[in-house]
Amino acid sequence: MKTQKIGAWIAVLFGASYFIVPLIATFEFSLRMRRGEYSFDAYRSVFSDIQFRESFSYSIMMAILTIIFGVLLVVPTAYWVRLRLPQMRPVVEFITLMPLVIPAIVIVFGYLRLYNSSSYIPFTGSARGTDMLLMFSFMTLSLPYMYRSVDTAMRTIDVGTLTEAAQSLGASWPTIMFKCIFPNVMSGVLSGAFITFAIVIGEFTMPSLLNRPAFGPYLQLIGANRAYEPPALAIIAFAITWGCMALLQLVSRFSKSAPSKP
Amino acid sequence: MSFLELSGIQKSFGPVQVVKDFDMTIEKGEFVSFLGPSGCGKTTILRMVAGFETPSAGTVVINGRNQNELKPNQRNIGMVFQAYALFPNMTVHDNVAFGLKIAGMEKSAIDARVKEMLGLIHLGHLADRFPYQMSGGQQQRVALARALAPKPQVLLLDEPLSALDAKIRVSLREEIRMIQQQLGITTVFVTHDQEEALSISDRIVVMNSGRADQIGTPFDIYNKPATRFVASFVGTLNLIEAKVVDPATNRIVIGDQGITLREPLGSTVKAGDTVSLALRPEAGSIAEGAKGDTALTGEVVSSNFLGSVIRTRMKVGDAVISFDMFNAPGRSPPAVGEVSTLRFTASDLLIIRE
Repeated sequence: MKTQKIGAWIAVLFGASYFIVPLIATFEFSLRMRRGEYSFDAYRSVFSDIQFRESFSYSIMMAILTIIFGVLLVVPTAYWVRLRLPQMRPVVEFITLMPLVIPAIVIVFGYLRLYNSSSYIPFTGSARGTDMLLMFSFMTLSLPYMYRSVDTAMRTIDVGTLTEAAQSLGASWPTIMFKCIFPNVMSGVLSGAFITFAIVIGEFTMPSLLNRPAFGPYLQLIGANRAYEPPALAIIAFAITWGCMALLQLVSRFSKSAPSKP
Repeated sequence: MSFLELSGIQKSFGPVQVVKDFDMTIEKGEFVSFLGPSGCGKTTILRMVAGFETPSAGTVVINGRNQNELKPNQRNIGMVFQAYALFPNMTVHDNVAFGLKIAGMEKSAIDARVKEMLGLIHLGHLADRFPYQMSGGQQQRVALARALAPKPQVLLLDEPLSALDAKIRVSLREEIRMIQQQLGITTVFVTHDQEEALSISDRIVVMNSGRADQIGTPFDIYNKPATRFVASFVGTLNLIEAKVVDPATNRIVIGDQGITLREPLGSTVKAGDTVSLALRPEAGSIAEGAKGDTALTGEVVSSNFLGSVIRTRMKVGDAVISFDMFNAPGRSPPAVGEVSTLRFTASDLLIIRE
């Protein structure tokens, strides 16, 4: 029994070291910018770089917009499919899975072909238009995660009966959506939102090919030209992702103590 | 003109017709129960009154106004669901206030009305609780208060007691009836539990395959069932096949024992025909000194002690007749195999014609 336990612990430690050792090595390397001693110079250099601040704030702005528009698209869709079109659920699930199957580069080339400056909808004709197109592309990429999070949250409430109860009390569709449904799927919305945030912050292909100043292309640029800043940026990117995961955990814990259906 | 009128209501889901030519009128302040087995169309009718389903044909009129064109949120109808359907993100106070806020009432008026409603269901002290912090019975009472708060013109109850345990069910049904009488609100109650329907209704509609088999008071439904279905669905009933001996004198024979019916057999019945008779278990007794102008002798095939009553089954010819006797501490239950005489009044024997 004891030998089995020790064996299990060795396996866990071996598996963990596979992930942790490179991370420690990266972190250690990021601290070596100053000769002969450890320092946070690489981090200082990254944070003082105006391009870092600009690209990072651009990506954050894009992440927030993607989350807002994504939620406005996904929550009513998931609600309507559950309420009125349950037979369409497999179809909608399949559609939302497409971004996992079709590579981002294929999607973005499709966008460039459809929405170039000489097309009927010339999104790429202006910077703002391209920003919009980029936001839509982020929405597409985050669709599998956002839809599943919201749909799972909706499964925990009796959407049909709650809707009818609200209707019988005189509620209109917007009231039902924003006062009865939204608050009860908030844990799912937040889970989806944090995953979306992590995707947008790290995405390279879409902003790079649409030529927008996002954090992903900046990471790549720094990685190609500097020595100590790329590992520092990698650690920062990890920290952001972990921060998102921690928030996700927090939200799921919050949802466990939140009101549930009878 | 009646307060709630359902005229020529039909409803089909694809090729399946679930409600067939349903007509009914309900007076203001009346408590009407729709009783029937699963799939008989009772909930569908309720949902058409609420506006959640559109009739394939026919009209729903409330207080002189055709409701067919109105959406559910325009009908001013209160509804209580089997699954409570309280909004999980709102406290008891906010749940009850929901309809009032939508109606655009002022905050002070809303608070007063919520307090009044919670007082009515005796849950004023739980106003700040969330639904998940309450028992099923408490949640259903809150759902009732929420439905009543906006002063609806009709209250619809869709099997509101089905999810509760037996004891709560009995107390809550009495509470529902009391509140209904206190407010004088027209109420339609859907249930498959005959005891519930019999105990709290002014009238009962017994539904069978999309049609109303019988509409009447609980007393009439129980004692004068119009069809074989009503007779078998409401209460426990013995259905006995008998041979007609002489239609003129209403003489029939069960097994080899002849009896005379009080109810006329009718002009279409001939000697030798088979007729179906119904007898409630509580109508007969084999106890010593049991009264009744009619008697059947048979062999006891089973005897079950149920506490306050003893249910005995007796074989008479090919028929097996069940009857209930009150328990008496000084009397033992009849023994299996014992030959006894069952006495009852001939007028308790009903002829089932459909």
